[in-house]
Parts: sequence; C-alpha cells; structure tokens
Amino acid sequence: MNDSFIQINGISKHFGNVKAVDDVSFQIKEGEFFSLLGPSGCGKTTLLRLLAGFEYPTSGNLLLDGSDITALPPDKRPTNMVFQNYAIFPHINVEKNVQFGLRKLGLTNDEIIKRVKDVLSLVKLEGYEERYSSQLSGGQRQRVALARALVRQPKVLLLDEPLGALDKKLRDEMQLELRTLQKEIGITFVFVTHDQQEAISMSDRVAVMSEGKIQQMSSPNELYKNPQNIFVSDFIGETNFLRAKTASKDGEYINVNIEDLGSFKIKNNLNISENASDVICSVRPETMMIDREKSDWDICLEGKIRQTSYLGEMTKFYVETKEIEKIITVSSQYFDNQSFQDGKCFISINLNDISLLNKK
Amino acid sequence: MLQVWKSFYARSDPAKAYSLLSPALILVTLAMLIPLGLMLSFSFFTQTSFTEIDYSFTITRYIDFFQSNLLVSLLIKSVKISFIVTFVTLLTAYPVCYYIAFYVKKNKMLWLVLLTLPFWTSYLLRVFSWKIILGTKGVINSSLINAGLLSEPLTFLMYSETAVIITLTHAWAAFALLPLYVSLDKIDFSLIEAARDLGLSRLETFWKITLPLSLPGIIGAILIIFIPTVGDYVTPALLGGTDGRMLSNMIQAYFGKVNNLPLGAASATIMLITVAIVTIVVSYTTKKLTQRIS
Repeated sequence: MNDSFIQINGISKHFGNVKAVDDVSFQIKEGEFFSLLGPSGCGKTTLLRLLAGFEYPTSGNLLLDGSDITALPPDKRPTNMVFQNYAIFPHINVEKNVQFGLRKLGLTNDEIIKRVKDVLSLVKLEGYEERYSSQLSGGQRQRVALARALVRQPKVLLLDEPLGALDKKLRDEMQLELRTLQKEIGITFVFVTHDQQEAISMSDRVAVMSEGKIQQMSSPNELYKNPQNIFVSDFIGETNFLRAKTASKDGEYINVNIEDLGSFKIKNNLNISENASDVICSVRPETMMIDREKSDWDICLEGKIRQTSYLGEMTKFYVETKEIEKIITVSSQYFDNQSFQDGKCFISINLNDISLLNKK
Repeated sequence: MLQVWKSFYARSDPAKAYSLLSPALILVTLAMLIPLGLMLSFSFFTQTSFTEIDYSFTITRYIDFFQSNLLVSLLIKSVKISFIVTFVTLLTAYPVCYYIAFYVKKNKMLWLVLLTLPFWTSYLLRVFSWKIILGTKGVINSSLINAGLLSEPLTFLMYSETAVIITLTHAWAAFALLPLYVSLDKIDFSLIEAARDLGLSRLETFWKITLPLSLPGIIGAILIIFIPTVGDYVTPALLGGTDGRMLSNMIQAYFGKVNNLPLGAASATIMLITVAIVTIVVSYTTKKLTQRIS
C-alpha cells in the first residue's frame, strides 16, 4: 500500500480576501477511509473540490499516485464525486445515470452492461433501472449517486457530506454500509462531514479543519483521547474546560494549578512548557463519576444538580459546585434524572482523565 | 334565497372558479371569440363588387389563396423570416442568459432589467430608429463610406428582408431572455459539475445536460418569438420595401385598399392554421430531439 497515494503539498485557495484553504500539506494512504471534519466554512468542502478539479489552488500542488493533477480538469482526473445533493440527472433514468460516466472509458457494450449490473447489485438497487430521480427516496438517490461514481472504478472516491440529507436511522445504516463497502472494494475514500460522530465511526483517519487549516490529523481514537488543542477537544465529543497554570515539570508529568481546585500532578502529553499561565484542562463528561456519596477518587467535589437531560442510554447532569464557577457536565449510565431527588450529589475525577491543552 | 345561494357558493368549487374566471372569459369572448368567428365566416363569402358581398357558403377563397403564387410565396416568406428571427434571437439570447444564470452571483435581477432597458420605448420608435441606422445615409453606411471602406452605400441593408430580420430580432430579444433565463437558472450547477466529474468535456456537458434541461425555456422562447413575428405587420411595412414584404401586409391590403374582405379573412385563417401547425411540430420535434441526445 502506498502511504503517499494522495499528496497535498502547500495547498492554498483564496476567494478574494478569504483564505478558504490556508497552506495545507498532508498525505492520504491508498485504500484509506479518510475524513475531513470541521464546522461549516472551515475549508473542508473547498479542499475536496480542489481534489475533484472543480476549483484550482491559488498555490501548492496535488499529486495522485505519483502524478501531478493540480492543473487537470475534472474529466481528466481519476477521481469521482458523490455530491451533497446527489446531483442525479433528472431527465434520464437510473440505468442511464449509472452508464453516464462509462461512455468515455472506451468499453464494449457488454462490459458496460456488466459493470452497471454489478454496481447496482453492489449498492442494492437491482430493479430500479427504469426509475427517475423524482421517483426515488433520499436513501435510494444516495445509492444511485454512489453507483454512478463507483462504476467508473476511480482511484479515489470523494464524498461531500453524502449522508447529511438522510434521517438519523437511515444515516446510521448508511454509515455502516459505506464502511463495509469501502473495505470490500478497497478504493480510497475522502469523506467530508461536519458530523464528528460520523467521522469518528467510519474513518481510518480524520483531519479536523478550522479556518482553512488542519488542526489535527490522526486516528479517531487518538483524536478523542489525545486532542492536540482546544478546538479539537471542543469539536470532538463534549468536554469541560478548566483554566490552569503550569509549574515545574517532573519527567512525563507536570505540576498544574487548576483554577479553584488547587495543585495536581498531570501527565504532560503535549509537552507543555513550565510556568505557562495560559493552559486549559479538559475533562470528558463520561470520565467523571456522579454518586450520592463521597468517593476516594483523586478529586471529589460536592455539587448541586441544576439541570438534567435524559438521553435513554445515558443521562447528562449539569452540576454546580462550590469550587468551580462554571457548570460541570457529567454523564452517567447508572443514574438518571430521577436518581437525585434533592439535587445533592458528588462528582469525582481521576487525574488520568484530565488532558492538558495549550490555550491557543 | 340569499342564504341558499351563499351556502351553495361556499360548497361549490366550480362556482368559485367560474366567478373568478368570468372577467377574463367575458373579455376573451367579446374581444377574441366573436371577431374570430366573424373572420372565419367571412372567409366563406364572396366579394361580388366593391360594396357588395355574397353571403352564400363557398370554399373558393381558400382555393384562390393556394392558386395565387404571390400569396403562397408570401406565406412561405413570412414563416421563413420568422424562423430566421427566432433562430438568431435564440443564438444571441442563450449565451447571455447562461452567463447571468451561472456566473453572475449578485444582482441577477438588475442584469435582466438592464437588458430589457431598450424595450421600454415604443415598438414603433425602435423600428424608426433602425431606419436611421440601416438607411442609405444611415449610421452604418455613412460611417463605412467615410472610413473609405465603401464607395457606394450597401442597399441590401434597407427596405429588404435583411432589414426586417435585424429589426424583428432586436425587437423580440427581450421576450426570449426571460424564459431562457428562468429555465437555465433552475438548473442545479452541481449537475453540470457531476457531468464533468463523470468524464465529459465542457461541450459534451452542454449537449447532454445543460441543453436538454433548458429545453422548456427554449421551446417557450421559440413560441414567444415565432408566433408574433410571423404575423408582424409594422416592421415589414416600414422597413421591408418590396423584398421584405410579409403575408400580413397583404392581408391588411385586402381589408383596406383592395377591399376583398373574404380573401383577406381566408388568408388570415390560413396563417392562423400555419402558426398552430408550426407550434405543434416545433414543440414535438424539440422534445423528441432531446430525448435522443440524452
């Protein structure tokens, strides 16, 4: 497998004064399910469109499988795209939509018929050949768009928020299916989404983008457990932020003075410097424990529940404590919104679950 | 009684529909159907002398029409001129609409309004201004002569078929812009991108996606231009000379100087039927054609 199948070298794309993509460099592996994740306007779609050839970079170059594709128009690139709104041609039926991209590949009639048949069975759309876009449901349109792109056997499949328009149940189903499909056919997928849960559950690697730059690029686990900065920590999942200052280092650890809570020795994964006055501690809601009694965990605070939201598989508690000014979010699978009638509770934190981040 | 009527009215959709339609229905009946009926019946009469008409039924006027080389050739010329005008208008209006629909991001409406600006003056004034531009001592001829490119003025510019085509094209262009723009603006640009993504060049994408999807607008524009220009009377009368004369000028003569009402009525009816046939054929073949393209 080629580790630098797609090479993005110093790519920038400016629209007037707006730097949609700002000097981005990274590589995508062959056969990888790669996601570009970020809030709207972060440049992820622009980056995908640069890969597809719908936009040309202001600077930098793109290599695909060793050859420079920077200046190639979309019809000359070995990439295909699944559009956000699917872009099914409304004036021709499903079969012709799927055949559409095959005419220019110089295949024989028999090969075309076979490929269309195979791909329609791959996306489970047999029997829908004669239908038109207006006669299909959202999920079926999505499959047509997928089939139309895959039938060309591209080197890279680009997906622009393809699940955004589907309802939740169908979206979960399609996530699993897409993932299975990708493993089955082994084509490199570049998937754009603003949904962090989607990116985390499907991808081999995720690049989190904000303001035209890559904030962090790693495996989903790494992203969740070891966020590199506040943006990533905040964007992936939910977390509580506490202000802090660092003191002296101690090997892999560093002494940290967490605001309102006192001094603790915390693992220094990001190698944050001593005596920094502007660091942040992040604690995930599910790593804390909420209980009626005091615990012997590293930190245990008495609190009052201000608000709860019951989510079925777990309940979120919004807790006010004497020590911390902010409301702390804790989630629990054992207790629910009826467990603390008087609102009195204790929340406990292990130091191992606190991650230290630079404020910038 | 009033109560009964009120409750009947409240429950009856046809009653509501007809009462809403009635102003238009009355107008159409008075101003369209009755005159049309009169014209049709006149086409079956005979003009016996300058003042007298024989009201017995005959189809001789229609036979007269098709036996007259002049009338048949004028009909053919009217249709031909109209087709050329329609084609040239489409060819000029389509790229403009394409540009506004896909490349203008802000103030699309302003662009359209500005394009229709020349059409805020009266039709007659515009026809006269073409006279000034195309005439023997007009803008084009005198500037070409002054520049030394010509010694004699171009005579085909004025009082000719060319003059009629140029003037009609300009006069009706605005009416083609709107249906074309609307149909192009409705096309989702990602469909065009998708076609490019699937390996088609710009030109192929235009033929396979953009053109078929803008077909409703094209048919609309063809009909909107063809129907009124085939019967246009002012432009050929003022700029056509003998070469650019159209059937409508002859019909006007039959109802006026020549005073042969039945033959004029028969010519007008034949023109009406021709327009109807052309309209049906155009819409049908354009539809078929695009089905084949895509």
